[in-house]
Amino acid sequence: MDYGAGLAGVHVPGMSQERIVQIERDILSKNRSYAEENRGYFGRKGVLALNFVSSPGSGKTSLLVRAINDLKDKHAIAVIEGDQQTSNDAERIRATGAKAIQVNTGKGCHLDAHMVGHALETLDIADNSLLFVENVGNLVCPAAFDLGEAHKVVLLSTTEGEDKPAKYPDMFAAADLMLLNKSDLLPHLDFDVGACIAHALRVNPNLQTLIVSAKTGEGLAAFYAWVEARSNLARSDLARRKAEARKAG
Amino acid sequence: MHEMSLTESVVEILCEEGRRQGFARVKTVWLEIGTLSGVEPGAMEFCFDVVTRGTLAEGARLEIVRTPGQGWCLDCEKSVALVERFGACPECGGYKVQMTSGDEMRVKELEVE
Ligand SMILES: Nc1nc2c(ncn2[C@@H]2O[C@H](COP(=O)(O)OP(=O)(O)O)[C@@H](O)[C@H]2O)c(=O)[nH]1
Ligand SMILES: [Mg+2]
Ligand SMILES: [Zn+2]
Repeated sequence: MDYGAGLAGVHVPGMSQERIVQIERDILSKNRSYAEENRGYFGRKGVLALNFVSSPGSGKTSLLVRAINDLKDKHAIAVIEGDQQTSNDAERIRATGAKAIQVNTGKGCHLDAHMVGHALETLDIADNSLLFVENVGNLVCPAAFDLGEAHKVVLLSTTEGEDKPAKYPDMFAAADLMLLNKSDLLPHLDFDVGACIAHALRVNPNLQTLIVSAKTGEGLAAFYAWVEARSNLARSDLARRKAEARKAG
Repeated sequence: MHEMSLTESVVEILCEEGRRQGFARVKTVWLEIGTLSGVEPGAMEFCFDVVTRGTLAEGARLEIVRTPGQGWCLDCEKSVALVERFGACPECGGYKVQMTSGDEMRVKELEVE
């Protein structure tokens, strides 16, 4: 491609020590290497890490609180709460008895893998547990930042437009599961569920969708089954690794 | 979008390369930013001035090279221009288009001393 006059061609090094160095490094490569460290950590501990993303107010915290209460007898659960300012959400989570750590991103519009790595140092997650990460409410930026999670779960609520997957395609392309939340409100709205799913499948043909209500609990059994299956995978990987280590040692 | 933290990553890369390749000052930075990357070059320039303060790239010139969006249309079996991510093929109107370029966010090269 043509870089015009700006690049190396016009530069005359002369007598100084000035020189041009080729770099060719992806700007997100730093984040990616931190994410791989986190992913390795989860793998070694049999932890299933899920990254929850949505616009502000779609119901991430409500869903997590309910899910923790429903799952905590069977699973150890820890939560990383990303928020620009407050620690209200972490307090809502701690009320369930789950371990939670708040990461304030300040002006930052998303969590990055480095922040999550730091949070993991203090969280001290148990082997075989679940880690829920609530990202900053934002349908744009968190899509670009891998945190080392197994899956991104995108929430969309029925009070938002059904064309959000078309307007914010990156997020729906990056997610593996879409939770269509606030289904209890559907009778009062003219939200077109079919159109919403069609928009989402256009950008991500592999996206799974579940229709849920964090308020009434509708549809959550299917979500828990989805979590269970993936947690079993993470655990059996760890068990297999331990067995191999025993054989080898 | 997230220009601030992207710019911080750029500066981290500059510092690392400075240690590795032995330079103490960066005078010009060429970035390749695709038109479909969602990054606002103006915002990036603004952040760059702020984030480089007190680093080896303080006062450096930022040059942003834009790469146009392109995709491969599975139905037309050819490369087509893309004006938005996940957009339709401009020739057949279909959506079976795989982006092949336009989402780059890369540090290309540096002028250093
Ligand atoms: N009707 C209804 N309201 C909900 C549901 N889930 C969350 N909400 C409400 O939506 C608002 C935002 O919820 P919150 O969990 O804080 O959203 P977050 O910003 O994504 O964490 C709160 O007033 C919740 O009570 C739901 O399933 N149905
Ligand atoms: Mg919340
Ligand atoms: Zn076509």
